[in-house]
Amino acid sequence: MTLQIENVTKKFGNFTAVKDLSMRVNQGSMYGFLGANGAGKTTTFRMILGLLDSTEGSITWNGKPITYANSTHIGYLPEERGLYPKMKVEDQLIYLGQLRGMKKNDAKTASYKWLERFEIPHYAGKKVEELSKGNQQKIQVIASLLHKPTLMILDEPFSGLDPVNVELLKKAILDVQKEGATIVFSSHRMDHVEELCEHLSIMHHGEAIVNGSLRDVKRGFGRQNVRLKADFDLSFLQEIEGVTSYKQTIEGGIFQIAEERIAHELLGSALSKGDIRHFAIEEPSLQDIFIAKVGKDNA
Amino acid sequence: MRNFWTIFNQSFWTKAKTKSFVITTLIVVAGIFLMANLSSIISKIQGVGVFGEGTDDDTIYVIDDSGSLLEPLQQQLGKMESGLTLKSSNDSIDELKEQISEEEIKSFLVLSVNDSQTIEATYTSENASEFENPMVIRDALQNLQTNLKATSLNLSNDEVSHLFAPIEFEQNAVSASSKSEEELSEARGLVYVLIFVIYFAVFYYSNMIAMEVATEKSSRVMEIIISSVSPVKHMFAKIAGVGTLGLLQIALFGLVGFVALKTSSSDLTSGVFSFFGFSNVSISTMVFAVLFFLLGYFLYATLAALLGSLVSRTEDVQQLLLPMTFLIIIASFIAFSGIGNPEASYVQIASYIPFFTPLVMFLRVGMLDLPMWEPILGIAILLITIFILGWFGSLVYRGGVLMYGASQSLKDIKKAIQLGKK
Repeated sequence: MTLQIENVTKKFGNFTAVKDLSMRVNQGSMYGFLGANGAGKTTTFRMILGLLDSTEGSITWNGKPITYANSTHIGYLPEERGLYPKMKVEDQLIYLGQLRGMKKNDAKTASYKWLERFEIPHYAGKKVEELSKGNQQKIQVIASLLHKPTLMILDEPFSGLDPVNVELLKKAILDVQKEGATIVFSSHRMDHVEELCEHLSIMHHGEAIVNGSLRDVKRGFGRQNVRLKADFDLSFLQEIEGVTSYKQTIEGGIFQIAEERIAHELLGSALSKGDIRHFAIEEPSLQDIFIAKVGKDNA
Repeated sequence: MRNFWTIFNQSFWTKAKTKSFVITTLIVVAGIFLMANLSSIISKIQGVGVFGEGTDDDTIYVIDDSGSLLEPLQQQLGKMESGLTLKSSNDSIDELKEQISEEEIKSFLVLSVNDSQTIEATYTSENASEFENPMVIRDALQNLQTNLKATSLNLSNDEVSHLFAPIEFEQNAVSASSKSEEELSEARGLVYVLIFVIYFAVFYYSNMIAMEVATEKSSRVMEIIISSVSPVKHMFAKIAGVGTLGLLQIALFGLVGFVALKTSSSDLTSGVFSFFGFSNVSISTMVFAVLFFLLGYFLYATLAALLGSLVSRTEDVQQLLLPMTFLIIIASFIAFSGIGNPEASYVQIASYIPFFTPLVMFLRVGMLDLPMWEPILGIAILLITIFILGWFGSLVYRGGVLMYGASQSLKDIKKAIQLGKK
């Protein structure tokens, strides 16, 4: 049960929305899909869901293309709220569950189970438009996993939620994953992706400019951070060859270096000036990688 | 197929359960009962005396200068069952005029006979628009005059009736499709009402479809739905759901109308109802009405779904529906104007143009004795158009529902088709 995307290109007229994208999502894994707005994420999701056909390449789930014949195995959470504003929460969930092949009673039971888990069973009889944005998002998440999908496509699942609710939903999604579901999700929150995903892609202008496991991506980035804390000004150290950037902090500074051996040089030079209270080699955060890769065009 | 019924049920019940729908239905039902009992309600109110207090319409004051006309005129009016009462008055003409303007009396009549034994009468009422009473009086006086002259010429009654024997006049029509004048006026009212019902229902329910689609799109629930069900299935299930709702609603109104008329004290064969031809409801006209409603609905609902799928916000729906609205309105103009002359060539031609067929062909079927092939040909053209539009609509719909953007015009159809090709 793997999701296989092979050399997929999608063109709208002259505009190429997705260019030669390949990725593989193993069963039970969580795949992070990053990219600035307009990078081609939603188009890719729509192709996975079968709403759009790729111009070139193929997308298969479990060896077969995704069509309406096997769409009952798929859960989808769109980027924007996709619910009937004037329909009651309960009716809505049952309807969407039925569309995914559930029986009416099963859908009802499952809805109440999830509403209780998300601590909002008292909203079952309310109209969606009467709910707060965060609670609407909970309903949206329930709608995407109600029918126990084996493949979940989550477009920005955590937007608009407070930290407590983010944890609640994160746990729910992790539980679904534990039960064997394969999950692809996109986010602008790098920390969420870093926390949840083993594999990831960063999309930029329709191309996956970064692709692979989180560890490989970080290693492959070729830069590390050195954090130094000292009582004197460290800015002279940025002159050392191999230091690509320097950021001053209250207690010292963070140096981005191209190779690990530069760290020794940095430490040596710093010690020659005075006492160092803190020295650490840190992995780059996904945020750094994203900004470095995607931001350089915009900078 | 199960998904089809899920969507069908959903679009049926969510609409059927909305407050506005329930309230509209109840108001119309109440309106039907009111209309059916209108004449008895009015006569009740009149009986209580809210209207027409002080003056009596049916009493006419008479100044009879000849002194010999009042009595025979009253008798003559009695024979004609006019219900008018004459009252001799001693007031002068000016005084009576004053009384009319003060609304104490309704009208008065001045009678005299001139030298050549001809009756001269002057009828005075508040305004000249009064039509029925002067006509009756005039007829009655004409009869009196005939008798007077006959007496002066020494003619016997037989001779008089010979003299005034009416000619035999019969109107025949050559066209095989035309109904007799009597049948026509009987059919006219019913067809008029049904054309209005079809027009209104097709307009109302296809608008509902466009709004539904636009709402689903603007709330983005569409993305979830079409990731589970194909857009084409979704579109047709929705059209079928709302169509069934519409059919049931109209059937309910029809039933209520039937019950209301049966239970009301009004007599179906007289007054306003005889004008509408309800005394003689033809079954085939009703069957054609249902058929043309369904076909018209499917045609326009498909068009409405297509157009509704192009907009991103519900506010833009009406604007995009404008061309479609024009089509329905033009169809209704042709149909309503054709009631007076259903055999006009423009009506005939329009009845084969699919967007006009539901109203105009129904008009012709209802008013004329058409050979069967004519409505069948019209329906066939209509069905083919519905299939083409359904196919085209599903092409546009598939892309349209995925399209979000500022510009909403008919040009977007092309963009939608490109997107819908996948």
